[in-house]
Amino acid sequence: MQGSAAPRLFANDLACRRGERLLFRALSLDLSGGEALHVTGANGTGKTTLIRALSGLTTPFAGRVAHEGAIGLLDERPALDPDLALGKALRFWERIDDCGDPGGAMSVLGLEPLLDVPVRYLSTGQRKRAGLAVLLNRAVPIWLLDEPLSGLDSGAIDQVTALIQLHIGGGGIALIASHQPLAITGLATMAIEDFAPTEEALA
Amino acid sequence: MIGTLLKRDLAKFFPFAGGGAALPLVFFVAVAMLYPFAVGPDADLLARTGGGIIWIAALLAAILPLERLVTQDIELGTFDQLKLRGVTEEAMMAVRMLAHWLSFGPPLILAAFPAAMLLALDNLTLHLLLIGLLVGTPGLAAIGLMIAALTASLRTGAALSGLMLIPLALPILIFGAGALARQDQASLGFVAAISLLLVAIAPFAAGVAIRAAREV
Repeated sequence: MQGSAAPRLFANDLACRRGERLLFRALSLDLSGGEALHVTGANGTGKTTLIRALSGLTTPFAGRVAHEGAIGLLDERPALDPDLALGKALRFWERIDDCGDPGGAMSVLGLEPLLDVPVRYLSTGQRKRAGLAVLLNRAVPIWLLDEPLSGLDSGAIDQVTALIQLHIGGGGIALIASHQPLAITGLATMAIEDFAPTEEALA
Repeated sequence: MIGTLLKRDLAKFFPFAGGGAALPLVFFVAVAMLYPFAVGPDADLLARTGGGIIWIAALLAAILPLERLVTQDIELGTFDQLKLRGVTEEAMMAVRMLAHWLSFGPPLILAAFPAAMLLALDNLTLHLLLIGLLVGTPGLAAIGLMIAALTASLRTGAALSGLMLIPLALPILIFGAGALARQDQASLGFVAAISLLLVAIAPFAAGVAIRAAREV
């Protein structure tokens, strides 16, 4: 695992907004290797915004984020060319990530029969599994997962849960934003609504 | 990693790779083919105005791929995933600009030969036209990339980008087509200078635009 020397994900007094609306404020977290955090909240409460701010893709409205170790992001968009066959689309990321053995992740996630199918014909769950394969092949210590279970059937849910468990067991960090329950041992939970701005704070 | 990126971008944008990427080339040749039918077969008139028409066709052909140039990869999250792997937006955009130019510049220069024949251009005009396209199309690619990146997060981006490219591309058109009217190479130096400047700025301007599109 690259950069496996004590991965850490850290946010201090974070506030984020979407458009003009403040979604959450005074949010702090500190995760180190082997820890997993389940971020819960209804749609539109800022789970995705939090993940994007933590990944460093967007600048938070206030506060500070930091991380030690590379970040892998899995969200609604698997970043696979819709016109290409799945195998070809995956190969692009294998080359970018310099992955020696992509076969393992594909067989674990049951993608082998789909390799000739163009990405645009894949179902939501199949795309999600393909995105997970890319993430597994990168072997990064920090996983940011945005709704990793959406669109998956019950067998795949068990599989993904097991993969997350394996990841944190191996000293990795996982932050999972999901409104679905997760059967992972040692999982901490954070309700993002607890950090929503109160009326008097807005006034 | 840059090589892998360029290979992907080229496969995406190169003519005959599928997905309508050959459209600019077809459009360019179609203009050259239709023009003699529209204005009549007067060889003098065609030779005098043909070079300018080829320039206009080249400029409009450069607009056609803009819609797919940046937007799709923003929607797919490709740029986000590359960023997490430590690739800067500027590098992504520089690669994208090179791929965009390779996908329409050299094909248009090759297509200028049959187009010149259809429009009865003499050798000197063809010579000036080829040099002009060679130094001018990188500038068009740079403008196109900047505009595509700037309008990527807008709903009406495609229509807007066509309109925005026209005034920005005017200097290249004026000096490029001007060389044909005056039959001398001097103003092609201006085209080259404008192109150089645009190519130098474009990856940075487009990079900033891509970053800004995330904050929406």
